[in-house]
Amino acid sequence: MNDNRHFEIDFHDIVTDPNLSRRDFIKALGGGIIIFFCVGDSSVLEAQRRGGSRLPEDFNAFLRVGPDGRVTLFTGKIEQGQGAITSLPQMLADEMDTSPDVVDMVMGDTSLCPWDMGTFGSMTIRFFGPPLRAAGAEARKVLIELAAEQLQVPQERLTVENGVVFDKENKDKKVTYADLAKGKTIERHAKEKPPVKSPSAFKVMNKPYLHRDARDKVTGTAKYAGDMRLPGMLYAKLLRPPAHGAKLKRVDTSAAEKMEGVTVVRDGDMVAVLHKDPDQAAAALAKIDSEFDVPAATVDDQTIFEHLLKNVGRENVVVEGGQLEQGEKASEIVVEQTYLDGYKAHAAIETHTALAQVEGNKVTVWASTQTPFPLKDQVVNALGFQAENVRVITPFVGGGFGGKSASQQGVEAAKLAKITGKPVQVMWSREEEFFYDTFRPAAVVKIKSGLTKDGKATLWDYHVYFAGDRGASQFYDIPNHRTSSVGSAFGGGGPHPFATGAWRAPANNTNSFARESQIDIMAAKAKMDPIEFRLKNLKDERPIRTLRAAAEKFGWKPAPAPSGRGFGVAVGIDSDTFVAEIAEVEVDKRTGKVRVKRIVCAQDMGLSINPQGSTIQMEGCITMGLGYALTEDVRFKGGMILDRSFDTYELPRFSSLPKIETVILDLPNETAHGGGEPAIITMGAVIANAIHDATGARLLQMPMTPERVRKALAAMA
Amino acid sequence: MAIVYSKPATGNHHFAKLQSKGVHMAETIAFTLNGQPVTVTTDGQRPLLWVLRTDIGLTGTKFGCGQALCGACTVLVDNKAVRSCVTAVRNVAGRDVRTIEGLSKDGQMHPLQKAFVEHDALQCGFCTPGMILTAYSLLRQNPEPTRDEIIAAMDHNLCRCGAHTRIIDAIQDAAAQMKGGKA
Repeated sequence: MNDNRHFEIDFHDIVTDPNLSRRDFIKALGGGIIIFFCVGDSSVLEAQRRGGSRLPEDFNAFLRVGPDGRVTLFTGKIEQGQGAITSLPQMLADEMDTSPDVVDMVMGDTSLCPWDMGTFGSMTIRFFGPPLRAAGAEARKVLIELAAEQLQVPQERLTVENGVVFDKENKDKKVTYADLAKGKTIERHAKEKPPVKSPSAFKVMNKPYLHRDARDKVTGTAKYAGDMRLPGMLYAKLLRPPAHGAKLKRVDTSAAEKMEGVTVVRDGDMVAVLHKDPDQAAAALAKIDSEFDVPAATVDDQTIFEHLLKNVGRENVVVEGGQLEQGEKASEIVVEQTYLDGYKAHAAIETHTALAQVEGNKVTVWASTQTPFPLKDQVVNALGFQAENVRVITPFVGGGFGGKSASQQGVEAAKLAKITGKPVQVMWSREEEFFYDTFRPAAVVKIKSGLTKDGKATLWDYHVYFAGDRGASQFYDIPNHRTSSVGSAFGGGGPHPFATGAWRAPANNTNSFARESQIDIMAAKAKMDPIEFRLKNLKDERPIRTLRAAAEKFGWKPAPAPSGRGFGVAVGIDSDTFVAEIAEVEVDKRTGKVRVKRIVCAQDMGLSINPQGSTIQMEGCITMGLGYALTEDVRFKGGMILDRSFDTYELPRFSSLPKIETVILDLPNETAHGGGEPAIITMGAVIANAIHDATGARLLQMPMTPERVRKALAAMA
Repeated sequence: MAIVYSKPATGNHHFAKLQSKGVHMAETIAFTLNGQPVTVTTDGQRPLLWVLRTDIGLTGTKFGCGQALCGACTVLVDNKAVRSCVTAVRNVAGRDVRTIEGLSKDGQMHPLQKAFVEHDALQCGFCTPGMILTAYSLLRQNPEPTRDEIIAAMDHNLCRCGAHTRIIDAIQDAAAQMKGGKA
C-alpha cells in the first residue's frame, strides 16, 4: 500500500451533494470498474438509509478497479491492530488473480464507505469476507469479458496472472487490468453466490502475510486520531465528576479564565477548558474549583456479587435438554459451585480521542472508534445537523478490544467545535479512560453438575448472572442439561454502578472460566485425567480434534489432578471457532504468586485467510488473558473508580509472559470462522485448573491474585 | 482569547474578552532534534511530549498515561530512553533528542525498525515507537543482551495487544544484525 494512501483519498466535497445519483457517484469515484456487493440482509441497507448515507441504496460495499490498475476497497470496517487491513486485501487479490500490493484500503470513513455497524465480534472475515470474495470474483469476470473483446480471444481461452490477462494458447496476447480499466466506466453487482476459488487454487489466501501497515507504524508516520492537526485547533479538557452518578453542585472557572489563551466553555453540565496546547488546557482544568453531590456508595468491589444476586430478575433459558430431575437421579456424584468474576478495563494504550471541525452546517470528526457509523448517528443527534452533513473518519485505532465501541469523546469534540467555531481535539487522560470505560461486567455463575463414578457426565444445571450468554451453552454430551442467563453484558444499567460493555469475547471469558473449572472438578471427582474426562464426555468432532491437537503439541501424559505438575486444560468455543489450551504453571505456595510458564493453544477456525495474522491474534489473546486471569480487577466504591491508571491496574508485562505455542488446525476447505477473540476465553480456566493441578487448591474467583491463592491454599489445610 | 459561555437552558453562547495574564515566563530552549538544531520559546516546565507533538508537530511520540507508567511517550535524550510525558522541555536544553521519526537514516529503516516489521512485532502500533526507542537505548548500553536482560529493560513498556514475545524476538534479531556492523 502506498504510504498514507489510506488518508489521501478524499472526495468529501463531491459526496456531500445531497442528490447524488448513481451516475454522479460513479463519476465521483473517477470511473473504472466498480463492483457493488451486499453484506448481510436488507436491514443493513435500511440502516445505511437511516444513517443518511449518500451512496446509492442497493449495495453496502464496493470496490473499484482504477485506470492505474489499483484496486480500492471501501469498507466501514476499521483497523485497530487486528489485521483486517492485511487479510481483506488477501481475499480480494486472490479472487482477482492480482497482488495484495495493488489493493488500497479506505476504511471507516462514513462519507466514502458504505454503512457498517462496527468492527467487533470477530466478524470481519466471517461475514464481510464471503461477499468480498464474491465481488472479487465478479471483478475478475468483468475484466476477462473486456479482455476477450480487446484481444479478440474467447473468454475460455483467457487466464489471469498477477493482474495481467493473457491467452493461454499465445502468451504474447495479453492486456493488464490497468489498460482494461482505462477510460471505462462499468458498474456491476456481484451475484450472491458466484463461483469463488477452491482452496487448492489459493495463491494468496491461507498464506502467511506480514502486517502491511507495519512500516508506517515503526517509523511513526501512521496517523491515529490524536495525530490529526488542523490550523487553529484547540485542545479541550473537560471537568469530570469524581464518581458516576455525581451531580455538579457548584463550579468556579474564574481562575482558569485568567490563564492566557484559555477558552472556557459551559454548556449545560459540560464544563470544558480549551487551549492551543493540550498541557495548558490540563493546567487550566486543574484551576477549576468545583463541588459535586456524590451519592452515598452502596456497593463496592467486595460486595458487588451479593448485590448482583439480590437484583436477579427473570432468567432466560439459553438451551435445555432432557430432564434435570432425571439427571439428579442418574448422578452418583454432584458438584455445586459458584464462580465470581470482577470488572475489567479495556485499557487500550491509546485513550479515546477525537478531533472535530465544524464548517458552516457540516461537521467532520476524526475519531478513535470501532463504530464510526453509530458515532455519526450520535453526532447527528447531539448537534442537530443533517445526517449527510456529518462525517466520521477513522484513522488507525490504537487498540479497541470492545472499549472503542463507545465513542463519547467524538460527541464531546463535536459539541465543543460547534460552540467555539474552532477545530477541537478531545484526548482523554488515562484517568478519564478508566472512569468512562464500558467495563467488562462483574458476574456470577452458579453450576450444579453430576456424574457417575466412572466419569460420565449426567447433569448440568447452569446459571449465569450479568455476564451475558455468549459462551454459556456447553458443548459436552450431557443428557440432562439446562443453561440460563440473567442480564446482559452490554449497556450497563441494571444493578451495575457504572457502564459495562463488550470486552474482547464478551461474556465468554466468564462463562468459559466457570464451565471449564467445573468440568475439571468433575474430572478430579472421577479421578480421571482431565483430557480423558473431556474426551469421554464429548461427541462433537470439532472440540475433540482441537483438544487432541493441543495435547499432542504439549506432549500430554495422562494423570488425574492434582498431579503436582501444574498442568491445566480448558476447551471453549467463540465466534464458531473451537479453542483448546493447556497451561503449565508454577505456584509459590508461600506468596501465592502464580507464574505461567507455558501455554499451548490449538484452534479450529476453519479456513485461516492469513495464518500469520491468526497466530498473532492467538498470541495476543493469550497475553491479554493473563491479565484478567491473574491481576486485573477494577476496584471501586459506589460510582467512584479507585483504579485509574497502570500503577494499580496491572496489565500483563514482558516479565509475565509464558512460552506460547500455537497450532491452527489445517482446514482450508471449511468456512472461515472468527479469529480475534477465541483464544482469550479459556485463559481463566486453564490457569485455575493448572493451579489446582499444582497445589490441589481450587480458585473460584478471577483474578487469581496471590492473596486469593493463599486463601485457597489455607482453605485446603 | 475568548471565554465562551452558554446558558444551560438556551444554549446561546456569549463571548467575552479577558486580559492576558501569563502564568509562567516563556524561555528560549535550544536542543538538537533528530540531528537538526531546534529552538522553542515556551514555558520551560511544559512536558517535552506536548512540545514535540503540538509545537513541533512530530506525532510519532504517543501519549498513553502521562505518568511515566506505560512508555508510549519514550524518546531518546543523548541516546537514553526518557519518558517525555514527565520530562520538562527545559531539561533537554543543549541535548540531543531523537524521536521515532529520526531513527531511519537516508530512507533506510534502522535494524530495530526492520526487525519489528519482519517479526510482526506489533498490532495496533500505538506502543511501538516507545518500544523501539526503549530497545534502542538498551542496545546502546548492552549490545548483546540476554533474553532476560531484554525482558528487564522492556518491562515498564506496556503493550495491550500482546506483541511481547515478538518484540523480544525482534530485539534479539536486531542486536545480532547491529553486531554485524549493519547499523
